[in-house]
Amino acid sequence: MSTLSVPDKTLRLNAALQLLELAGHELPDGLTTGSQPWLQAVIDGLCELSSRDALTGLANRRQFELTLAREIDRVARAGEPALVLMADVDHFKKVNDTHGHPAGDQVIKAVAQALLECVRPMDTVARFGGEEFAIVLPNCPPAFGQTVAERIRRKVELLSIHVASGVSVSVTISLGGAFAPQWVRSSATLWVERADRQLYLAKTTGRNRACLEQSAISQVSAEEKGMLFGTSQFQDFLE
Amino acid sequence: MTSPDKKSDARGVGQRAVAVNAVRRARITAVTSGKGGVGKTFVSANLAAALTQRGERVLVLDADLGLANLDVVLNLTPKITLHDVFTGKADLNDAVLAAPGGFSVVLAGSGMVEYSRLTPDVRNQLLATVESLAPRFDRILLDTGAGISDVVLFAVSLADEVLIVTTPEPTSLTDAYATIKVLASQQQRRNIRLVVNQVTRLGDGKVIRGQLQQVIDKFVTPHLMDPTTPLKLEFLGDVPSDPAVREAVLRRQLLLEVMPGAAAAVAIGGVADKLMG
Repeated sequence: MSTLSVPDKTLRLNAALQLLELAGHELPDGLTTGSQPWLQAVIDGLCELSSRDALTGLANRRQFELTLAREIDRVARAGEPALVLMADVDHFKKVNDTHGHPAGDQVIKAVAQALLECVRPMDTVARFGGEEFAIVLPNCPPAFGQTVAERIRRKVELLSIHVASGVSVSVTISLGGAFAPQWVRSSATLWVERADRQLYLAKTTGRNRACLEQSAISQVSAEEKGMLFGTSQFQDFLE
Repeated sequence: MTSPDKKSDARGVGQRAVAVNAVRRARITAVTSGKGGVGKTFVSANLAAALTQRGERVLVLDADLGLANLDVVLNLTPKITLHDVFTGKADLNDAVLAAPGGFSVVLAGSGMVEYSRLTPDVRNQLLATVESLAPRFDRILLDTGAGISDVVLFAVSLADEVLIVTTPEPTSLTDAYATIKVLASQQQRRNIRLVVNQVTRLGDGKVIRGQLQQVIDKFVTPHLMDPTTPLKLEFLGDVPSDPAVREAVLRRQLLLEVMPGAAAAVAIGGVADKLMG
């Protein structure tokens, strides 16, 4: 923990305080304005603010990347399995086009809430971008990956989101997931890329589904075997 | 996350479980096979002898924790094994034994059944063993178990390079191919070395490498994280079927020691040359 004594100078804090007020972030009671503890509370408030997504209150992309980097270090050291899920609302543009952007915002908020309700307190749910979300699940055994992804998919599918008086919409999401390579130091970028690849697969194979990377691709298809031996002079080995 | 890790990802080279900063340390070569019974341990032991003849200080570590048989091949009855080290009964230094070919070995020993699963304890023990031996040798050959269990994959992840032993038989080739796939996708390996054992004619191995490379190019590389860096299978040589091998194995002696002029022994020498070159 690094500490720093601030020299007795005038700090311009108006913008910061305004931001905190706008975000509804209240400073603890009983602090003297301008005192060191008060200043600390302002900084803490700003940190909190800069790690959250304004619309949904989820972790923002910056916070997500921080969490991911920490998790990948932990996986390499402790070997505990960890899963990252990328989720994207299907045909979101249609919601915006049909019901307007405020309705789109309602949908994003509702989906965010649904995601939060599907995971454990130790998991991090983040808004990755527009209608895309990312979830980091530490210590998630590979056998449970598909279950949790499916639970999320189902939960969102069952939502009825009130967007205007008398108007409710339903959406679906596609999910892609990848486990961090245990014991092996990897990079966060690579990890997200792998999950993204699965998300792409979910999107191209019909949407409203969850695709998780197989932990080890050791199966050899008939086509591969055919190519391995079929045209070779080792034909005599095949009966 | 440190930048060297990132870099190695970008270049798609093999990832190591732990970065080691020691100035001088052994080059770690994992010898693995996919299928059992292809002569992996025979190749490891004789390759170690060949590398020793070429001036390297070599250690063979029996990383086949479940079904170790390096002791059988080398005709050693070790008093102290990795098992004793793992259970704290002996010091690692006392487990380093002199093998017939002039190289050193650490044997797994029997009773390692409890280590055939990769628990955090096994992982830490194996890692500590390799790290503590590495500064004392030019090369460590990790004789892994067959298959793609997590112990085997972990042992391979400790290595700088991977050498796969296969025979021309379809089952052996299929398992070698499956192993290559897993190593490419899981460990980002982009260069895997191949030795084809028990070929009928010298030269068959090269054809087999070509065949494997074709299937890799079509089915493995396109699905890799970075398909622009293709997975290359590097041919280190083939070892002919040779009655001398069977004789040496039955006598539990190193082929390179008892019949250095045998075709298979000469071929292993060629593999050693390529490995060093």
